[in-house]
Amino acid sequence: MSATIQTFEPAERPPTTMGARLEGELMEVSMGPQHPSTHGVFRMNVALEGEIVRKLKPVFGYLHRNHEKIGENTSYLGSMPYTDRLDYFCSMTNNWAYALSVEKLAGIAVPARAEYLRVILAELTRLQNHASLLGFLLSDMGAWGTPLMYAFREREKILDLFESLSGSRMMCDYMRFGGCRVDAGPDWMERAKKIVDSFPRFLDEFENLILSNEVVIARTQEVGKLSADLAINAGITGPMLRACGVNYDVRKVDGYGFYPRFKFRVPLGEHGDTYDRLMMRALEMRESVGILKQAFEQVPVGPVMNPKVKIRAFRPPAGEAYGRIEAPKGELGFYLISNGGTNPYRYRVRPTSFINLTVLEDLCLGHTVADVMVILGSVDIVMGEVDR
Amino acid sequence: MFLSRRRSSAPDVESLEQIKGGAEAAVPGAKIDIIPNPGPSQQSSLLIDNEHAAAVVKFLHDDPALRLDFCSNATGVDWLDRTVKKTVKVKRVIDGEEKEVDEAHEELVPGYLEAVYHLYSMTHKHGPVVIRMRTVDRAKGARLPSLTPSYRSAEFQEREIFDLYGIRFDGHPDLRRILMWDEFQDYPMRKDYREPDDYEYEPTPHDDVLAKAREHYAPRPYLDGAENITAQPQ
Repeated sequence: MSATIQTFEPAERPPTTMGARLEGELMEVSMGPQHPSTHGVFRMNVALEGEIVRKLKPVFGYLHRNHEKIGENTSYLGSMPYTDRLDYFCSMTNNWAYALSVEKLAGIAVPARAEYLRVILAELTRLQNHASLLGFLLSDMGAWGTPLMYAFREREKILDLFESLSGSRMMCDYMRFGGCRVDAGPDWMERAKKIVDSFPRFLDEFENLILSNEVVIARTQEVGKLSADLAINAGITGPMLRACGVNYDVRKVDGYGFYPRFKFRVPLGEHGDTYDRLMMRALEMRESVGILKQAFEQVPVGPVMNPKVKIRAFRPPAGEAYGRIEAPKGELGFYLISNGGTNPYRYRVRPTSFINLTVLEDLCLGHTVADVMVILGSVDIVMGEVDR
Repeated sequence: MFLSRRRSSAPDVESLEQIKGGAEAAVPGAKIDIIPNPGPSQQSSLLIDNEHAAAVVKFLHDDPALRLDFCSNATGVDWLDRTVKKTVKVKRVIDGEEKEVDEAHEELVPGYLEAVYHLYSMTHKHGPVVIRMRTVDRAKGARLPSLTPSYRSAEFQEREIFDLYGIRFDGHPDLRRILMWDEFQDYPMRKDYREPDDYEYEPTPHDDVLAKAREHYAPRPYLDGAENITAQPQ
């Protein structure tokens, strides 16, 4: 029996979609939770038409540990180290937001030096958060490693400062209601000044490297545009809101802490696209350096803790308070209800990046899968805060 | 030495009265109560009746003087049943004489779930105006109107309230669990929630996988034709 080679005429070929256009057919892809560009365990269920995103549903909860329930079951002081674990890049600002809310709840005054220290540490946190965000964003775009290492070089210096002040690099647990835990010595101030003075050099270098880079511009301009109306309605805050041109900075609006004493500008974007969000971070770092220089000049000597506050067995009067600050990622708030006991009756975190993800689908529709990673990177999320 | 420069832009009780009056005038039939805050934070709140909540919130959003266009925070609170002790004067006939006597009464206040929203204005840069809505009871089907049609930022936060407190929001476009897994049964942020000893007892998707595996390893009741190939000829 001789073998015969069967050939099909084109008309006889079995129907296939290979090579043909998928006319309106959607393919569902689960991106994450284990994906290097999802910044933790974040998952997106995406419906794709070819490479174009037609639907996107974020899936949360892989890191959920019911932080708020734990907060209700511990004392007011006991929650303070736990707030470090929310947005683990910015433990100092988390501490401040919580301390500010408890101070509102109990009507506690804060000494002047502690207020200055808080401003210094919050702005240092902003510097290292924005620097590493830009590094991660470039990493998501394909500039693998090098920009991230440049950013982490600067971040390490700031984390060393945090370590020598609070004993921990990332989980600082530094602030208390009524002040700060320990005072910063003169040598610490000198080191901090040096690092801040050298920071603009890093910024010049970094901006030269990336901001006019052709690939960065091609990947970010006109990608993930957000309108100002939608941003306000969806509760977007922080650099992401200001990239749309909305002038809203809690540091200016609420004037919490000693921020009314500092001169700084609020950078605003025009287009609300990914490039503007990237630029916001670069420009805000410049303003933070300015705030830090003013703070080093003005910081007075004195106590860093209000001696009237009994932080152990602390019982604020019955009532409720909502306090918020401008964290590097946006507005971070704590809502507390006290019934006069040692534990809060209700302890609520207003998670910045969780709410900023509300518009993720709106940003990504019509863009390619590769753009989704860039857009997600520009939202700046940390899953410890999103899932709580 | 102690300088507390807390610039508070939160409205005091008088301006809350004005907001209340304006909203009640704009929305006929609306019933708004001011819930005072005994603490030093001076954040009193408005309790809005559920039936007119959507209209009242639309007024707060659109009114040119208020323009509360930014819903910063939305969250739930669980209030359990509680007894309030009250002394009531009762007329009693004692020794043939009618007297007024103080009598201790225990009144049961039934528990309810509450949704709290903190509204700010990005246009006028004031706030927060705190509004609350209360469910009738703490039963599983407790309902409130959704504010997501007015504030998109409430979308995920109301899903979270539904997930953790079990308040169903009428008019929410996509009310699903968000932080807990879909098969989870209870509402963990409620005050009377008791966590199980071992989460593996919960109906997780693993159970389906387990059932499939059992089927897989069980002796098969039928022949699938493969025995004809492997069977040795006698």
